[in-house]
Amino acid sequence: MAMTRQEIEKITNEFLIEEIEIDADAIAQDARLKEDLGVDSLDFVDIVVIVERNFGFKIKAEEMAGVTTLGAFYDYIEKKVNG
Amino acid sequence: MRRVVITGMGIYSCIGKNLEEVTKSLYEGISGIGIDPIRTQYGYRSPLTGIVERPNLKTLLDRRLRTGLAEEAEYAYMATKEAFEQANVDMDYLEQNEVGIFYGNDSSAKAVIDAHTIVLEKKDTTLMGSGAIFQSMNSTVTMNLSVIFKLKGVNMTISAACASGSHSIGLGYFFIKNGLQNMVVCGGAQETNYLSMGSFDALSAFSVRTDDPHKASRPFDAGRDGLVPSGGAATVILEDYEHAVKRGATILAEVVGYGFSSNGGHISQPSNEGSYIAMSRALADAGIEAKHIDYINAHATSTPLGDMYEAMALEKLFGELKTPISSTKSMTGHECWMAGASEIVYSVLMMQNSFVAPNINFETPDEHSANINIIPKTIEKNIDIFLSNSFGFGGTNSALVVKKWTK
Repeated sequence: MAMTRQEIEKITNEFLIEEIEIDADAIAQDARLKEDLGVDSLDFVDIVVIVERNFGFKIKAEEMAGVTTLGAFYDYIEKKVNG
Repeated sequence: MRRVVITGMGIYSCIGKNLEEVTKSLYEGISGIGIDPIRTQYGYRSPLTGIVERPNLKTLLDRRLRTGLAEEAEYAYMATKEAFEQANVDMDYLEQNEVGIFYGNDSSAKAVIDAHTIVLEKKDTTLMGSGAIFQSMNSTVTMNLSVIFKLKGVNMTISAACASGSHSIGLGYFFIKNGLQNMVVCGGAQETNYLSMGSFDALSAFSVRTDDPHKASRPFDAGRDGLVPSGGAATVILEDYEHAVKRGATILAEVVGYGFSSNGGHISQPSNEGSYIAMSRALADAGIEAKHIDYINAHATSTPLGDMYEAMALEKLFGELKTPISSTKSMTGHECWMAGASEIVYSVLMMQNSFVAPNINFETPDEHSANINIIPKTIEKNIDIFLSNSFGFGGTNSALVVKKWTK
């Protein structure tokens, strides 16, 4: 089922804040996942699990190669969810 | 040889979640045993267990530090936090000094089974999450606590069945006594979830006295029908005496003797000879005789054979002396990997408050327990030196002697 961009961003922000415990104030389209949000390699393992649970697809590491900002991460999820 | 003192203690158990609550329960003879209904649905013979509330660590630790903690490691964190507070050791101290850790733990079953369940369903190991590996290993307690508290000294888990906690204190004592460390975190942790104890229940070793759970654990009583599994965690901070004095720490007690042995016999049946050797070695190491012991915290778990063999060994060493004996497992149930450490905490609390906690439910002696001085009701008593026994599967035995602090 297709999801709006707004829904995708809302769900993603919620799990980043609630489950990965990223500071809500740091959430921004241009925030860099590693440098600004502090997502490390172990956090990424958990993000894979949470995305699978929330969006029903499995992140592939090679597809994430160029995804460095939160905005690009929303784009990636949108593409996977809505084709 | 250096003197080894206890400068901090912490406890998280079914009879209280801190030293104050536990002291009250010990004095009042309160049982922490209850029924866990899921055990019956799962297929247990006995649903009895110590009821331990999971701590909420969300406000205490950030996510990365919580993710690798298995249930027993959460308990160990709570106990260690309390112990460091009592020892007046803060994060600044820990960052600037070398502190070691020996902690008893011998399973992390739920973490293993939970991860396995995910893979069975998803057919993909990457969906286990990042915490599964750090929770699944026996060393989950030491690997996590050493990261959380920035420990830089000796760092390892002691897996010695139901003597794990006791051996961990014995080894910490040896390391400090021999000048290898100035401060070591010692303790024992035990998970209490239903997934962790099914294989033990399979041996029909658990009490089925479900009509009155508080009466189920009855070490040394003629009517005992098995142990009650339990858990939580207990921590003691061991320290070199001179080091403790130099930093102005309050000294709670002194560890003066450690004795160990292995039965070299049956995998599950204890031995009066093996436990006698461990106790005798602990007394010899302390440089004292049986007559100097004021109180014995028995291993006695409430199984017919185990209690019988321990009663025989205790009679041989202490029978004529009529030394007061109690098994606090009558209240806590059998805290397994944690027990050897928690029972040191319980006994030091009795020493500090001058009482002997009761061996509740000891109503009718059998032919062996009739020959030793089991204390069924709390007595007020000065304790200068106590002995604490712990025995485990495979015939591992540990005995510790602890003395009230005097210069």
